[in-house]
Amino acid sequence: MIDPIFLLEAAVNGILLSGVLALLALGLNLIFGVVDIVWIAYVDLVMVCMYLVYFLVMIYGWPLWLAGLASVALGALLGLGVHLLIITPILGSAPVNQLLATGGLLFFLQSFATFLWTTDHRTVRLALPILEVGGMFLSFVRLIAFAISLLAMIGLWVFLRRTYIGTAIRAVSQDREAMALMGADPQRVYLVTSAVGGAMAGVAGALLIIQYSVHPFFGAAFGPLTFMICVLGGLGNMVGAFVASVVMSEIISIGGVVISTEMGYVIAFVVFIVMMFVRPGGLLVRRG
Amino acid sequence: MLELRGVTAGYGHFTALWDVTLRVEAGEAVAVVGPNGSGKTTLMRVISGLVAARTGELVFEGNSLAGRKAHEVVRHGIAHVPEGRRIFPRLSVGDNLRMGAFQPRARQAFAESRARVYDLFPVLRERERQPAGSLSGGEQQMLALGRALMSRPKLILLDEPSMGLAPVLVLRLFELIRRVREEGYTILVVEQNVRQVLKLVDRAYLLEVGRIRMEGRAAALSEQDFVRKAYVGL
Amino acid sequence: MRPGRVVGAALLAVLALGPVLPMGGMRQYVLHVLIQIFVWSFIGGAWSLMGRFGLVSLGHGAFLGLGAYTVTLLWNAYGLTPWLGGVVAAALTSVLALVVAYPCSRFQVVGHYFALVTLAVGEVVRLLIIAERNWTGGSLGLSLRASPHDSVLAMQFADKRVFYYASLVLWLAGLWIWYRVDRSMARAAMEAIGEDETAAASVGIHVTRFKMGITMLSASLTAVGGVAYAQYITYVNPDTLAGIGVSLRIVFAVVLGGMYSLLGPTVGTALTIALGEYLRVVFGLRLIGMAETIYGLLLILFIIFLPAGIYGSLRDVVAGLARPARLASGLR
Repeated sequence: MIDPIFLLEAAVNGILLSGVLALLALGLNLIFGVVDIVWIAYVDLVMVCMYLVYFLVMIYGWPLWLAGLASVALGALLGLGVHLLIITPILGSAPVNQLLATGGLLFFLQSFATFLWTTDHRTVRLALPILEVGGMFLSFVRLIAFAISLLAMIGLWVFLRRTYIGTAIRAVSQDREAMALMGADPQRVYLVTSAVGGAMAGVAGALLIIQYSVHPFFGAAFGPLTFMICVLGGLGNMVGAFVASVVMSEIISIGGVVISTEMGYVIAFVVFIVMMFVRPGGLLVRRG
Repeated sequence: MLELRGVTAGYGHFTALWDVTLRVEAGEAVAVVGPNGSGKTTLMRVISGLVAARTGELVFEGNSLAGRKAHEVVRHGIAHVPEGRRIFPRLSVGDNLRMGAFQPRARQAFAESRARVYDLFPVLRERERQPAGSLSGGEQQMLALGRALMSRPKLILLDEPSMGLAPVLVLRLFELIRRVREEGYTILVVEQNVRQVLKLVDRAYLLEVGRIRMEGRAAALSEQDFVRKAYVGL
Repeated sequence: MRPGRVVGAALLAVLALGPVLPMGGMRQYVLHVLIQIFVWSFIGGAWSLMGRFGLVSLGHGAFLGLGAYTVTLLWNAYGLTPWLGGVVAAALTSVLALVVAYPCSRFQVVGHYFALVTLAVGEVVRLLIIAERNWTGGSLGLSLRASPHDSVLAMQFADKRVFYYASLVLWLAGLWIWYRVDRSMARAAMEAIGEDETAAASVGIHVTRFKMGITMLSASLTAVGGVAYAQYITYVNPDTLAGIGVSLRIVFAVVLGGMYSLLGPTVGTALTIALGEYLRVVFGLRLIGMAETIYGLLLILFIIFLPAGIYGSLRDVVAGLARPARLASGLR
């Protein structure tokens, strides 16, 4: 029998992990909702941002916060680049082509990262304490990462609710054609969306590199999970994304302690598949 | 104000409009009537730039609209209230109106435009904070109209405004459209409800299988045996 | 189609004579590449059966892996001949396909969502293989227990030429199945167009059943492809036989070639394998990752500039006429 304290610790760690995952899912969700294309290579952009932070901090000695800002900027640039170079030419193509174009980007980024930086695992180590709370060991780094991802999500929420262009982005995700009739150039809205989605990847990259090591196949490890949380959350539903993220992270975290890491993922993915049948509009949306 | 000459348009291999010529003068209200699938909606979409015309000329106030995309056409002063209203259901009523004033010129006059829209449709002011999707059908149509007015248009394209509304509401809606018209807007409306729309407009065109079959003053057209039998149901 | 037939027959003759043509020291290598092309073309063809119905699966790695692991494990543990193991593998796979595809159809999970569900299935199979490392070897993979001598029963042969002919036959069988399905799809499309409304509704139900059938066929053929691959390479690994990477590669090859034509999957597969081999030979052990980088870059460019696929675009130019394949695609 497993000590309940381990379970509790796993549960808390699950919640801490869910912050970054929710952030990623929201970024992807934003792009999917507006442009209607799943960026298969989304988490590979995160991987590139993680490398940036690693090199800036460990090699060039930048302070972490500045490297984090650089990561956000790089993410936004990557988002713009992906949209302009890959998505724009295939906007009218068949869905399978759209999936494949960003799938090609996935191969490209993984291999190019292998070529540039080899398959070594790299980490940014922070001299922050491990907290002991009632017998549980909690990483202070993870607490901070969780707090920052919450802040980033609130920032995104304010942007989408309170700014003009943010409202326009939500409008486009509800009815693209009607928004063109209002005078919004779809391409401009797509670009802003892709940049914001990319910036979210940048934030996530900075938060992930202080918790996990980065390697060229990082995207393959986190990518599928991110897609699933994105879909489970429901399009354009921020609360849903967070709830989905918590559910999936808890399954993985607790499943990982009770059975094995892989089985944790297996259960999470099976839950995803079943939920797609039961609640196709997202966890919080009843079948309409 | 608006002139179409020899416009042909369609989707893929399908041609929905053949050689359509049509004219709307400033201050006029003009209807295009015709049976289902006659190309009425395509006509509206061609004018607002959602569908590109294959051949022909589109001129609005002396400027050619040929090759203009939808978001550019709005800036010339044409607002399109699409078929099925197409409001943003998960945005509040207020945000829907804000989006209506997206283009810079309209955004500057936002407060003034909104006051005018609220005067025309007081119910929208009451519902300002509600999600648009929670409005009734009639209210949604008002919102769609109000949203179009927010772009400060000169010409309003109305595509099947009465669709999906109960008969009582249809009468009220046409009353509201009449009031919009009295505010000085030029209107081009596409309708199935021929009897009502002919009371509203000055002139009308009859569109059949993508071709203009008849054109005339509304009163004269509604007297025509052919139209009466086929569409007015008298 | 007379000249086409002549070219086809000539090509087939060259392929049949492949192993005896003079190729110097290159023979083993050329045969190896051709076997890969035949097997992966067969798998690509199986994928395209579904793909052309709008059922874009990113989970064919699951079927492939399930097929390959089933025969390997049955042979290693119980000495069951791959002939029977293959049947078991195909049956298991088509059950898995049905378990996934039926609710997808029932609950209208289509488009991107279908792709993501199948992707999840692929990941589940890959992770299960890794998790059950006690008997699957986990991420280290698993070798096929070698038979002491060449054996038809064990489906193991020292001579590559046997595998060459076997995979050639497999590939031709795949083409034949593809052609038969194409014909019956065309017929179904004709019926749907020809009948009146109520009949069309019943055809609609028919189409759902048809889709289930196609999905199961596609999955079990993919499993057979996995069996062939495992028997030839005699080594299975979760990353090369399951998961997103391999699934994406299959789809890439098919879309690149053109999924609406008989030879599209083959052309695309031949091209991607040839490209991969070429880049591998050019870069060798230098610049690790560069070959794949260029591969990825070319794939993006292909998708952008040849949306209908190479073979598809070519044939559109040459023929330009609506063929049964096109008609059937209207059924989606």
